[in-house]
Amino acid sequence: MKVSVDIELRDIPGQLVSALTPISELGGNIISVLHHRDRKTQRGTIPVQIVFDVEESKLAMLLRRLRERGITVVRVGTERLKEAALVLLIGHIVRSDVKELIDAVDKTGFAEVVELFLCMPAIEEKSAAALTIRAVGKDELEQALEILEGITRDKGILIVRPIEDELLA
Amino acid sequence: MREVRLSIVGFGVVGRGVTEVIRRKRAEIKEKFGLDLRVVAIVDLWGAVLASSDGKSGNEIDVDKVLDALQRGKADGLSPRESLETHGIKVEDMQSLEVIKEVEHDVMVEATPTNVESDGEPGTSHILEALKAGRHVVTSNKGPLALHFKKLMRAAERADRKIGFEATVGGAMPIISLREALAGNEILSIKGILNGTCNYILTRMSEENLPFEHALREAQEIGIAEADPKSDVLGVDTAVKLVILANALLGLDASYKDVSVTGITEITPEALNLAKNNGYVIKLIGEVDRDGKLEVAPKLVPKTHPLNVSGTLNAALLKTDLAGEIVVVGRGAGGIEAASAIIGDVIRIFRSS
Ligand SMILES: NC(=O)c1ccc[n+]([C@@H]2O[C@H](COP(=O)([O-])OP(=O)(O)OC[C@H]3O[C@@H](n4cnc5c(N)ncnc54)[C@H](OP(=O)(O)O)[C@@H]3O)[C@@H](O)[C@H]2O)c1
Repeated sequence: MKVSVDIELRDIPGQLVSALTPISELGGNIISVLHHRDRKTQRGTIPVQIVFDVEESKLAMLLRRLRERGITVVRVGTERLKEAALVLLIGHIVRSDVKELIDAVDKTGFAEVVELFLCMPAIEEKSAAALTIRAVGKDELEQALEILEGITRDKGILIVRPIEDELLA
Repeated sequence: MREVRLSIVGFGVVGRGVTEVIRRKRAEIKEKFGLDLRVVAIVDLWGAVLASSDGKSGNEIDVDKVLDALQRGKADGLSPRESLETHGIKVEDMQSLEVIKEVEHDVMVEATPTNVESDGEPGTSHILEALKAGRHVVTSNKGPLALHFKKLMRAAERADRKIGFEATVGGAMPIISLREALAGNEILSIKGILNGTCNYILTRMSEENLPFEHALREAQEIGIAEADPKSDVLGVDTAVKLVILANALLGLDASYKDVSVTGITEITPEALNLAKNNGYVIKLIGEVDRDGKLEVAPKLVPKTHPLNVSGTLNAALLKTDLAGEIVVVGRGAGGIEAASAIIGDVIRIFRSS
């Protein structure tokens, strides 16, 4: 299960290692660590967001171990990929390595390609792909789309994004 | 009753549409607005038809006769000039700038071809010359406004004349005049489908699973797409209209060259299918906002979204600070549709002055 926890660390050496140790002890796989040094709290602690994969049954134990180490756990998110968007790609997608595109998004830690439909009409003809991307928030989703846009531009693939959601409320 | 003398510069689809609308609506406009619209000059590359050489008040061109002569001549395979002359209408060897300067009139209707490659000419010179001669201007030609918006507005101010340009964007769909309708609002962003040809092609590709080239050919056969469709399908036409909206409605100082443009030539039926299966359609969208974003690109539009209009329709979604979101939809092209916008501009100018 993918989990995102927001913790607060005191601003002294060794804190981060101390927070990450229980995760590896329990066989978790750390995906990303975001250190918000610029957002120091009034108490002088530093917010850190850790995203990791861990067996669901071990999560409670993990959180207990973190608290035992004096680490403040502010938020635990298990449904962290809240925002989703569909994008289309048109061009020689397979030939130019669709895996690279997916990896580039997945690697961010805050966004993932969760679905891919591919349509290949004929060899030498352009194929079309529909990708569903999920991300932890709107900004992250936008960032992921920009990463995709950058790569597709270099490869001569057309990317079709959704118009910004502005449904009449 | 106020007499309004018009010249029509460029007598193609739109120029003829304007005369046709005047013919149909003249009595009604007299009665409702107290304006008597009289065409006193028509000028095209083939020459000029004038009400009278001295342009005295009271004289006017018999537009019925002109339209009739052109129609009959065309059936006989004659050129416009030959058509007019064989039906007893005198054609003067005068050029547009000369007519604009020399023939007395109140408003010049500019309907020559849009050209963004040549500095908006001949339209730009036509408009500046008309203002200099103290005439109001109503134009359907997008080029001059997309390239020289500020300059033309300043020239109009100096001359104390008005420029109407409702016909340049969205054909019959009212959008420029939303400035007045939404007075007091700040317009924050606009997203729109501003090119009927692209919308028709994408609609047909999606409905019939057609490749782009087939849908384009079909559009050309039924007269929706130009023989040279590049400006439409590459997104240039949409970009030009977007710039006019950016300047007129959002108060930006934008030029055509500032727009990032992607057309629809790369769209495939497979892509449209994938979109459809996921609840979307693909539309060519022009988008502008207060931060200066100016983009034309194919976008995924949810099927239930108000911008999902099909065929040759145009549509625009405006975001405002007080009124929230406003959507307009209408026919984006056609001689009568453009003339509807032009006549509206003419009436607004003279009703208020
Ligand atoms: N058609 C529409 O639905 C529509 C809608 C909204 C706006 N518009 C815009 O309105 C304008 C007119 O469109 P249209 O469809 O009527 O085009 P059109 O049928 O090509 O008519 C333009 C006419 O102007 C003539 N012309 C060219 N240069 C001239 C000059 N220097 N002096 C006088 N006449 C000149 C052209 O002659 P030649 O043919 O010999 O060059 C042609 O007869 C364009 O700028 C267009 O973008 C069109």
